[in-house]
Amino acid sequence: MNVASPKKAPGGGAAVPEDLVPFKLRGGTFTLLVLQLIDLKNPNFFHWLLDKINQAPNFYRHAPVVLDLQGLAEAGPFNFAELARRLRQHQLVPVGVQNGTEEQNRGAVNAGLSVFPMWRESQSVPLPGEATAKAAAGAKPAEAQEAAGTAGDKTPGKPPGKKEPPKGNKVVIQPIRSGRQIYAQGGDLVVLNTVSAGAELLADGNLHVYGALRGRALAGVSGDTSARIFCRSLNAELVSIAGHWIVRDDIDEDLIGREVQIYLKDGDLAIEPLI
Amino acid sequence: MSKIIVMTSGKGGVGKTTSSASFAAGLAQRGHKTVVVDFDVGLRNLDLLMGCERRVVFDFINVINGDARLKQALIKDKRVDNLWILPTSQTRDKDALKKDGVEKVIEQLKDDGFDYIVCDSPAGIEKGALMALYFADEAIVVTNPEISSVRDSDRILGVLSSRSRRAELDMEPVKEHLLLTRYDTNRVQLGEMLTVDDVLEILAVPLLGVIPESESVLRASNLGAPVILDETSPPGQAYSDAVGRFLGEQVAHRFITAEKRGFFHRLLRRTA
Repeated sequence: MNVASPKKAPGGGAAVPEDLVPFKLRGGTFTLLVLQLIDLKNPNFFHWLLDKINQAPNFYRHAPVVLDLQGLAEAGPFNFAELARRLRQHQLVPVGVQNGTEEQNRGAVNAGLSVFPMWRESQSVPLPGEATAKAAAGAKPAEAQEAAGTAGDKTPGKPPGKKEPPKGNKVVIQPIRSGRQIYAQGGDLVVLNTVSAGAELLADGNLHVYGALRGRALAGVSGDTSARIFCRSLNAELVSIAGHWIVRDDIDEDLIGREVQIYLKDGDLAIEPLI
Repeated sequence: MSKIIVMTSGKGGVGKTTSSASFAAGLAQRGHKTVVVDFDVGLRNLDLLMGCERRVVFDFINVINGDARLKQALIKDKRVDNLWILPTSQTRDKDALKKDGVEKVIEQLKDDGFDYIVCDSPAGIEKGALMALYFADEAIVVTNPEISSVRDSDRILGVLSSRSRRAELDMEPVKEHLLLTRYDTNRVQLGEMLTVDDVLEILAVPLLGVIPESESVLRASNLGAPVILDETSPPGQAYSDAVGRFLGEQVAHRFITAEKRGFFHRLLRRTA
């Protein structure tokens, strides 16, 4: 991911005195986002991409990205200019490609993108947390890729395209007001305050809420069926574990206002008072 | 050091402008040089409630656009010393509020030595409301004791903590106050309205004051005088108490529970 340009500007033929040159050419090292393209034909491609961007709009806004074409080796040629235009619409700035076929590289250059050197998966710097996930998933690389999103994720057949760069746990001290959405990517979300009606909590791991929980709470959003929700006072509009959800109307009235844990028991959502 | 206060709510019709007018008048009455700025571009109301609608020549938007100087647009209140009004434009819309323009005007007001700059926010969470709250040091969230108003207040509190200048610059957060308006103790007692405690439990913001529902508010609006100037009226007294609390005085809350002699009172009123 580190890109180093030449350290020294290539000298021209004629010697121009250094202080007369109207620019300076220097090398720089940048960390770039790599967008691994797996299936461009998927009709939900941009829909899901937008979801991802909306989780951290400031982080992704105008972020330069390198397109990794490894997964598209058999896909043949496609319209780079159109793809770049769509990405720019989503506020990503495509700057180059890597791991493309020769034909794809030519297309990329024609579309104004540069070609980055070949880069294999094994060379890429593991993001924090990924190493442990890989270790947990064993030796098989395919499995490692699937589990990279959440350590301990046991969902089989999760599309590798949904792989998340793990970011770890998140702790929020302030009240979470109506309309806010907080996502703990690749970890647990701990909220020490009230979660208002109309607010939404999301975590790849577990959810802990120590104030009143009045909003929506979704744990294991990347498919971790072992994720749980713990709260001090249950009054949620909706709770969900790994896509299994229940709304306020369907929650037993006896459990409202109680300290409970919510988890998946044989594929069903169980809400139990804490001892 | 000037303090910028935003009067905001999310929901419309809860009493932001009424509260802005009375609160600004109250601050001025206590000797603080105060200006109240109307951010509701296109729906100009503050000048009506302040009774200065016939004296508007230039407005906030003119100053932002550099068509007029601030001094030309500021209207001095005739009843209360230390009180000025900066009316807004009725013919433009919220897009006329540019962040750097608003900042420029606020800086000028600070330079003019205003102790308090009260920003009367429009309803909603869009441009106008965002501009009104962006520069705030303190926020007074106006809420009615009913669920939709409470939820919208909750939303605006979230906006304050994430999109204000203080939030963006990672400064000390905007100080929040709750002003519960149109509080009808009888209806609360009948269970038709949320109680003070209900609202406080949901919003978890310190209570600045409870303003009782009263016909004197409408009367004051029609007269073009802030209700706080009607010193005998319950809402006028409640606003005065709230201003005192804002300035750090210890004032017990009134108008929260129904009057003790309510039964006889009602009986008398009915026969009268």
